[in-house]
Amino acid sequence: MQYKSLDVLENVMVAENIYKLTLKGEYEVKPGQFFMLKSWEDEPILSRPFSIYDKGEDYISFLYEVKGKGTEKLSRLKKEDKVKVLGPLGNGMDVSRIKGKVALIGGGIGIAPLAYFAKKIEADVDIYFGFRDEVYGIENLRNKELFITTKSGRVGYKGYVTDIFNPFDYNLVITCGPLVMMNKVKRICEKTATPLYLLMESKMACGIGACLVCACKTKDGMRRVCKDGPIFKGEEVVLDA
Amino acid sequence: MLEITLWGKKFKNPVIAASGTFGFGREYNELYDVSVLGGIATKGLTLKKREGNEGERCYETAGGMLNSVGLQNPGIDYFIENELTFMKSLNTVIIANLSGGSIEEYVKGAEKLDKSDVDIIELNISCPNVKEGGMNFGIKSKVAREVVREVRKVVEKPLVVKLSPNAEDIVDMAVSCVEEGADGISLVNTFKAMAIDIYKRKPVFKNVFAGLSGPSIKPIALRMVYEVSKAVDVPVIGLGGIRDYKDAIEFMMAGASLVQVGTANFINPFACIEIVKGMENFLKVQGINSIGEIIGIV
Repeated sequence: MQYKSLDVLENVMVAENIYKLTLKGEYEVKPGQFFMLKSWEDEPILSRPFSIYDKGEDYISFLYEVKGKGTEKLSRLKKEDKVKVLGPLGNGMDVSRIKGKVALIGGGIGIAPLAYFAKKIEADVDIYFGFRDEVYGIENLRNKELFITTKSGRVGYKGYVTDIFNPFDYNLVITCGPLVMMNKVKRICEKTATPLYLLMESKMACGIGACLVCACKTKDGMRRVCKDGPIFKGEEVVLDA
Repeated sequence: MLEITLWGKKFKNPVIAASGTFGFGREYNELYDVSVLGGIATKGLTLKKREGNEGERCYETAGGMLNSVGLQNPGIDYFIENELTFMKSLNTVIIANLSGGSIEEYVKGAEKLDKSDVDIIELNISCPNVKEGGMNFGIKSKVAREVVREVRKVVEKPLVVKLSPNAEDIVDMAVSCVEEGADGISLVNTFKAMAIDIYKRKPVFKNVFAGLSGPSIKPIALRMVYEVSKAVDVPVIGLGGIRDYKDAIEFMMAGASLVQVGTANFINPFACIEIVKGMENFLKVQGINSIGEIIGIV
């Protein structure tokens, strides 16, 4: 874990309210890990957590949705601006150990970390990404099995990813997105006892496991999304959605 | 230059990581050597393990944040068995923050901590009194007195009482705690506050209220530290929105012998050590030989 000031290489809008931020830096990371980012001095006071969307030898990138003050400030970043970066943080997953066929199921901005899983997993991968209307974050997935759904029917299947996903075909499922979607995926996987991992999202203050504001309810009590997660086994998480 | 000895304990400098913002030191120790700090106050400890609150636990505000963690902690026995040895190895003053829901719970917890290797016990009276309808022990001096009196009976170690800024009369509260045997006073804890989700037309937090901390509370915290320092003759630990060395110096000039840094750790993970360095440089530039010279000079 390091705390550095990195240069912005690129910050582009890729869909309505969705931006891709690329920073210059060399890191060793695992899919599912995240960084705390801050491009401002006084307000807001806290950094914001973002999972790794893509990484190359000398860059790291994040896909984010503008939702509040922090992401609004990030969206205004220009080339060569500085961003304070703490990370990599969180457990992440050693994907080299994965055997058999994998399904990645993402919804909305939750597809961001899964795009990096797709890039790093060497096993056979099928990708199910669901969006409301506009599709984004698939530029690195051109040669993969990709199933797109949109609620509006604008692209791909009209409906939800959980309408078309069949757990029978997979040895492992990894999901990230709205709680309602993840809960549905969890229930589908439970029927066939298909191993499942959930990538949990939470507001955070410290990002390193000290403040306990990013609690995830599990069968073993409250766990920290930032330190014990963000990846949790499907059977351990208690979803209230 | 920054060294200060209180209650027979030597603090390398007056900067202590505040309870609830620093865990048991492990996480920040991965970022920097936390032994350079004057001390570390543990996450609030209760007799039994607590899972903390459900729902939202954090909400950012202008210049601050609301938290509703709900004293999630592994319990005092677990702390003593699994965290304290590590903390003692950090070679800094270890302050156990003791919380409770009843006087009996406080006393039992205090007995265990007093027998342990912690250096100081910080009594957190900003906890809801489960038996008395949930009103915080730190609001009425009369109620706080009882807790301090009973805990004092079983504690030989230095006992610092951490005050809530929500106390009806902060000076009377501090004086009452000292009269019941407190060796020191730390103030202030978080301010009772709230936020509303205007789209759901509901409070953001399940408990409705949450604790406000961060730079926005500093001027009020500073005023309270100033008033209390003038009224009691035991050492005062000042906290509340300290973000940089200038804030820390202000609290010391107002009368604090030590300071605690909390929310600033989230704003900048290196806040504590930057404050230590900044204080040192300030003294040098100002030609001050010892930090003791500025304590309470205002």
